Amino acid sequence: MTTGFIKAIISNLLIVEANGPFRQNEICYILDGNKKLMAEVIKADRNKAYIQAFESTRMLKYGTPVEFSGHMLEATLGPGLLSGNYDGLLHNLSAMQTNFIQKGDYPPALDFNKQWNFTPLVREGVRLQAGDWLGEVMENSIIHKIMVPFTLSGFWEVSRIAEGGDYKISDTIAELTDTNGRTVEVTMVQRWPVKKPVTAFLEKFRPGQLMETGIRIIDTMNPILQGGTGFIPGPFGSGKTVLQQSIARQAEADIVIIAACGERANEVVDLFTEFPELDDPWTGRKLIERTIIIANTSNMPVAAREASVYTAMTLGEYYRAMGLKVLLLADSTSRWAQALREMSNRLEELPGQDAFPVDLPSIISNFYARTGLVRLNNGKTGAITFIGTVSPAGGNLKEPVTESTRKATRCFYGLSQQRADSKRYPAIDPIDSYSKYLEYPEYLESMKDKTGENWFEKINELKNILLKGKEAYEQISILGDDGVSIDFHTAYWHAEVVDYVFLQQDAFDEIDARTPMERQKYMVDHLLETLHTPVKFYGFDEVQPFYKKIIDRYKQMNYEAFMSPAFVSYSEEIKKLLASPAAIS
Amino acid sequence: MEPITLFKKKYTRLEKITKATCVVEADNVGYEELAYVAGRPAQVVKIMGNEVTLQVFSGTEGLGTNAEVIFTGRPPVLKVGDDLSGRFLNAYGNPIDYGPEIEGEIREIGGPSVNPVKRKQPSEFIPTGIAGIDLNNTLVTGQKIPFFADPDQPFNEVMSLVALRAKADKIILGGMGLLNDDYLYFRRIFENAGALHRIVCFINTTDDPPVERLLIPDMALTAAEYFAADKGEKVLVLLTDMTLYSDALSIVSNKMDQIPSKDSMPGSLYSDLARIYEKAVQLDNGGSITIIAVTTLSGGDITHAIPDNTGYITEGQLFLRRNTDIGKVIIDPFRSLSRLKNLVIGKKTRSDHAQVMNAAVRLYADAMNARSKQENGFDLTDYDMRTLQYARDYARQILAIDVNIGPDEMLNQTWSLFGKYFSKEEVSIKAEFTDRYWPIKDQ
Ligand SMILES: Nc1ncnc2c1ncn2[C@@H]1O[C@H](COP(=O)(O)OP(=O)(O)OP(=O)(O)O)[C@@H](O)[C@H]1O
Ligand SMILES: [Mg+2]
Repeated sequence: MTTGFIKAIISNLLIVEANGPFRQNEICYILDGNKKLMAEVIKADRNKAYIQAFESTRMLKYGTPVEFSGHMLEATLGPGLLSGNYDGLLHNLSAMQTNFIQKGDYPPALDFNKQWNFTPLVREGVRLQAGDWLGEVMENSIIHKIMVPFTLSGFWEVSRIAEGGDYKISDTIAELTDTNGRTVEVTMVQRWPVKKPVTAFLEKFRPGQLMETGIRIIDTMNPILQGGTGFIPGPFGSGKTVLQQSIARQAEADIVIIAACGERANEVVDLFTEFPELDDPWTGRKLIERTIIIANTSNMPVAAREASVYTAMTLGEYYRAMGLKVLLLADSTSRWAQALREMSNRLEELPGQDAFPVDLPSIISNFYARTGLVRLNNGKTGAITFIGTVSPAGGNLKEPVTESTRKATRCFYGLSQQRADSKRYPAIDPIDSYSKYLEYPEYLESMKDKTGENWFEKINELKNILLKGKEAYEQISILGDDGVSIDFHTAYWHAEVVDYVFLQQDAFDEIDARTPMERQKYMVDHLLETLHTPVKFYGFDEVQPFYKKIIDRYKQMNYEAFMSPAFVSYSEEIKKLLASPAAIS
Repeated sequence: MEPITLFKKKYTRLEKITKATCVVEADNVGYEELAYVAGRPAQVVKIMGNEVTLQVFSGTEGLGTNAEVIFTGRPPVLKVGDDLSGRFLNAYGNPIDYGPEIEGEIREIGGPSVNPVKRKQPSEFIPTGIAGIDLNNTLVTGQKIPFFADPDQPFNEVMSLVALRAKADKIILGGMGLLNDDYLYFRRIFENAGALHRIVCFINTTDDPPVERLLIPDMALTAAEYFAADKGEKVLVLLTDMTLYSDALSIVSNKMDQIPSKDSMPGSLYSDLARIYEKAVQLDNGGSITIIAVTTLSGGDITHAIPDNTGYITEGQLFLRRNTDIGKVIIDPFRSLSRLKNLVIGKKTRSDHAQVMNAAVRLYADAMNARSKQENGFDLTDYDMRTLQYARDYARQILAIDVNIGPDEMLNQTWSLFGKYFSKEEVSIKAEFTDRYWPIKDQ
């Protein structure tokens, strides 16, 4: 084993003189008294290893010994990860004893004493490769597949498989033999280096199925698909976290992995506190059962923040290989980029734009490339849908992290300061935001059952109404209320109706927070019918009061259960308003 | 924090001296260790073999190459104990009030962070009487929130008002680059309120070296952690002015030849500020640390790196602005935000709170549109006129910082403004609430 000692300390960057070979990205341990502090090699220069410490370097000294571990940063994968709270390096936060996080306290993610009821899925003699299913256990309500370790290459024959029964994760449940007669014992745990993509699948293919979130401006106007990618940039306080947490609660996913990356600890506490209480709208079970939280809050060491997104992605890949639909959320990917910037600056690398490392765009695109929809070797499919938030400095969308992320993703949910200021939540800009999936014929085809034939035309019409409203508003602002014809006022108020009734959604109201697709379709049809109804106004000052009434009734409708008596009666009131004397065709 | 000479290594040759740092060849020195260079406190900021770079807090002016360097064997510390109550201390935790030395347990400042799973969700409403805060931007214990204000606004006054009304067990003031007059102002106001026994102040004034400011937040928060974690007390920490703190960070990073990022601030500004603000916490023993800070702006620009990074870290911000309509400073309802308000409004306050708050701000926004229409010379509709009248009353009765009313009263007053100027449809609040609270007009 290679060892060494500390030669230099600059914040969390250490230079270590090594007495033997070491690898880029190898994990090493700083022997600080009776504690072992984790660090990662990020640069090699002859016998000098530049390492980033995943801990505070306070009171470390010149000469402090260091041990190289021989492996890269790895995630320990196996049953028991669900419902857990981990730090960025996958240490179990719930197993730490003290209130304050102690340096070098690294409880493992998995419980090595717990028994799992294993059911074999293969017989001896079968030929398998990495990622193929050997058996399964029940983890909460998820069927957790025990797989051929991702690290094994080529084909392996099952030379022994355990009978059904209770096992610990470290018990051998299978023995595999390759064509050269080499044998490995397989347990229910495997390790994988987090910075490498897991490629144990047959192929990736294009997403085509909606991932319903219950958020109208997303599902209808800018849908994200199973296995798709999206990002949410927005200035501080514009609602990125609230939106992402709504998605986490409501999305149609088997597993939700939330990486709190360099953000507030209190926001993670919200998840810890609320998810054990809230129901998964898709299964009726508690949300926490399908959730994994990776918490590397802003006061935790910066290097571990960078690792946290890779850790989360690796967990996603692990569950995807079981044929599950995984939703991965990261808040905020800008903090990850900043962590890279801090290290790059300390390494005195040539800075790129805004002092970020020059290879930031490729780091981001390589990361996003790990998501997606895959066909497994057994023909089943699995997906990682990824939505990351971006926190642009000064709210300026031209900065490097936003620009690089835009290139790597298909959905853009830009939050607008102006909409947030006027409390038009979710503050997704309805004009600038997009989903490229609306151009996917697979998607449009798949929606026919749910939303009928001309769904796409309806979405376009809504978008046109919004655009026309915006133009009308600009004209009214220039020419004055009476400087334009009444049509401009109508166009403006039509857009306001769509905005208030459909785009805006109260994330804190039990009913309004989530609109299932069936209800979204109903509302789109209802709204379009209203807006198609010709209404005659004799003066521009009649337009606003009329549509304010309409908006009010619709908002009341949004607060009522779908098709409840109150819901229906507001709907009827709208019909009456449209037919009233003020509205002669 | 007196120099400790006992069993400590001494050196008497400086290899290099720059404006803020010096280099000494020394053995067995810890990173971030506290040292004294010719009696001046200094901290290890870089180790390169035997070459140790020290940041001298008070600056290196007049230092000789033969200055005596003594290492203390530990990072900067504070003595914590009940002795702290009522005391005024400097950036090193030494008394500046001519009182006795502090006795107590020695704690490292800037220590480890609370494990997020051991935190509790903040849930205690902090009433301040200022309706612009309590109604629209409700504060909660365990929250961290700054005032964003131009330098000429009365932020220290508002902050002390909030502190004294907040019913905290302890108030800890961290003053950075305070004008001496402001320091004396805080002293007087705490004295007059008879609150001295529950106050601890760490003060760096404009008379003190700027780099010393870097110690103030850690000192204040170490004291806060003692009272909150050890004693289970509700602690309110006031940090003013964090912009001057950040300026000190940029001075140091500049001297250390780091590549500056936006607005010549260090690339690590976000992490540096987060480390401080994230000390705000609600603990399960009932203790809590709430941080109210001040970030001064230049010309209201919140895209500058300091307010921008702050906004990304804190749980909202309280934006002070002069309202020319009523000639008073108000809590701006658009740019201000308390992100934790949802944890208490409608739960610790009346159930109509959220809807009333949102409707009132929406109508105020309509008034601002009407205002700009008016300024552009367009005719106003009847609705526009009513919003303008409403806006004036709303600013005076709710938003102004000199308002002092209870939580129910704020809601009642807002409802009566709704009734006075608008129809139910225009206000558009859930029927359940309008049925209950819509004022009956006296014709
Ligand atoms: N859909 C919504 N409905 C009601 N209020 C909302 C909504 N979205 C956001 N808000 C309000 O805005 C506040 C800020 O939202 P959030 O914390 O999500 O912002 P953010 O974009 O994540 O900010 P930061 O970048 O600083 O983390 C919330 O605390 C809440 O008061
Ligand atoms: Mg956020």
